[in-house]
Amino acid sequence: MDVNKNFIVGVFEDEDVLLDAVQAVRSKGVKIHEVYSPFPVHGLDEALGYKRSRLPIAAFMFGMTGTGLALLMQIWMLGYDWPMIIGGKNFASLPPFIPVTFEMTVLLAALGMVATFMIVSNMKPYGWPVQFDVRSTDDKHVMAIDLGINNRHSSENISQILKQAGASEVNLKTF
Amino acid sequence: MAAVTSAVRDPLITGGKTVKDVSHDISRHVENKPTKLWYIAMAISLAMLAYGFYCVCMLLWHGIGMWGLNKTVGWAWDITNFVWWVGIGHAGTLISAILLLFRQRWRMSINRAAEAMTIFAVICAASFPALHMGRLWLGFYWALPLPNALGSLWVNFNSPLLWDVFAISTYFTVSLVFWYIGLIPDFATIRDRAIVQGNKIRASVYNALSFGWEGGAKTWMRYESVALILAGLSTPLVLSVHTIVSMDFATSVIPGWHTTIFPPYFVAGAIFSGFAMVLTLLIVTRAVFKLEDYITIYHIELMNIIIIVTGSIVGIAYITELFISWYSGVEYEGYAFYNRVSGPYAWSYWSMMTCNVISPQLFWIKKIRTSIVATFVLSIIVNIGMWFERFVIIVTSLHRDYVPSSWTYFHPTMYDIGEYIFTFGLFFTAFFLFAKFFPVINMAEVKSIVKATSERSPGTPTEVEKTSVTTH
Repeated sequence: MDVNKNFIVGVFEDEDVLLDAVQAVRSKGVKIHEVYSPFPVHGLDEALGYKRSRLPIAAFMFGMTGTGLALLMQIWMLGYDWPMIIGGKNFASLPPFIPVTFEMTVLLAALGMVATFMIVSNMKPYGWPVQFDVRSTDDKHVMAIDLGINNRHSSENISQILKQAGASEVNLKTF
Repeated sequence: MAAVTSAVRDPLITGGKTVKDVSHDISRHVENKPTKLWYIAMAISLAMLAYGFYCVCMLLWHGIGMWGLNKTVGWAWDITNFVWWVGIGHAGTLISAILLLFRQRWRMSINRAAEAMTIFAVICAASFPALHMGRLWLGFYWALPLPNALGSLWVNFNSPLLWDVFAISTYFTVSLVFWYIGLIPDFATIRDRAIVQGNKIRASVYNALSFGWEGGAKTWMRYESVALILAGLSTPLVLSVHTIVSMDFATSVIPGWHTTIFPPYFVAGAIFSGFAMVLTLLIVTRAVFKLEDYITIYHIELMNIIIIVTGSIVGIAYITELFISWYSGVEYEGYAFYNRVSGPYAWSYWSMMTCNVISPQLFWIKKIRTSIVATFVLSIIVNIGMWFERFVIIVTSLHRDYVPSSWTYFHPTMYDIGEYIFTFGLFFTAFFLFAKFFPVINMAEVKSIVKATSERSPGTPTEVEKTSVTTH
């Protein structure tokens, strides 16, 4: 976080009030930094204008990598490097190779997607997160507005907008 | 906070709970000091683990001869226990993944404990193929396709025994990841409560465990995407894992094993026994932790209904096997089932039939499926029955197959039983540690349904729910 960043923090009790408030605040031209909730609120990311996550695409790509690696491994090991006649069957045939291929697809898709998720969300097991209100993981929805990028509105103006939209508290937070 | 009641569905959260109540009711068990009951439970589990560990060490030192196996019956308790534990694990993934895809919100208060059960069950299961190899210190890496000094001798990818290696390790890893991702927001809740309470050590421990989670809308959006994709991946995974386990038998030539009914039969049986174990664990947990408002009779009833469905599928599979063994005209298959019904192991076959076919049908009666005591007793009976099912499949088919001069009986030794006790000790030690240090219910998910599906607290007016309905 930069030195001396000022935020107005609006605290909401109810998720439906929050959704309406997000729309009200954005319609007045105020840019929201982020909204912190104790649980995922349906419709919040659309209300905030967030585009759909591309993690499913990443999962698909990791999965395809898994499929390719598994088939390559099996066909090379049993079809090329040391072929053996097992049960009178072909060296490298697709049906018996499917289970391992499927498992490796799922494994790489899952692990790759989760690792990507944690990296892009900046999740690490050390350091402390930036928190606007510790109650945002308990029962309050917290809307943080960066005063620095909202030059058109004064802090009193924004506080007024938040209160009108249904915030139970409006606080100032400085980092 | 006003809540809505449905005319057709029972509330999923009773007692007029608010979002703050959810945090408090579940986090307090993590925050409070361990109770005397917990110490007693851990002592019993650790005692079983210690005795079992002794048996395992004797097995590793002296070899597989310590078990009661012989040339005819090469697999008995070891593989029975392996399949039993893997089967139990499948219910956790079904609740987490399949019920998520079906948008069944009642899964939310039970999925974390069920997934924890899956992970510990898979660890217990994996100990059996590991130990039955004999030289575990060589076997564990010989099963992997690693380059080696034997001309690079590769593993046999055509064998279901190898497919098991990939399937079980993938299943374990993906379940662990799915479970842990779900835990992250709840660890953050405990961290923030610890900050408020001034407990710096707990705050930093749970901060590390929560990977610095702050709960922003963008992160939640990605989180939901990850959860949905993991559910979509886990569903075919769980179906494939038990199918592959069933192939250990189905791809052989042994009468009673070589049938195409095994994959769906095993998967249904796994879900059947898994739900029974979930019920056994949750009935105890909800009573001890006073979580009856979150894991309600309605939840228990729904799980019992799944037990009726899967139990009936298993029952139909038994009857199909019997019929086909005669109708096929294959004399070996016919004898295999004649022997099961009336041979030296008939006692185990009829135990299996009573426990698995008759007991789940009792749940058709509403009074029984909404009774905690009846459910608890029947869940244990179902698990015993499912153990006998695997025992019957493995031992009765092996002890009398094609060559009558090889026919013999199998007796377990104390080390067969001891290894089973080892896995019980391992499972319950792990589960009680989980129950103490981790929140047993997914707080974030349950909070998301408090408004829509909780019981109205007395005196608050109802209001019409807004049109957007939470997806899960």
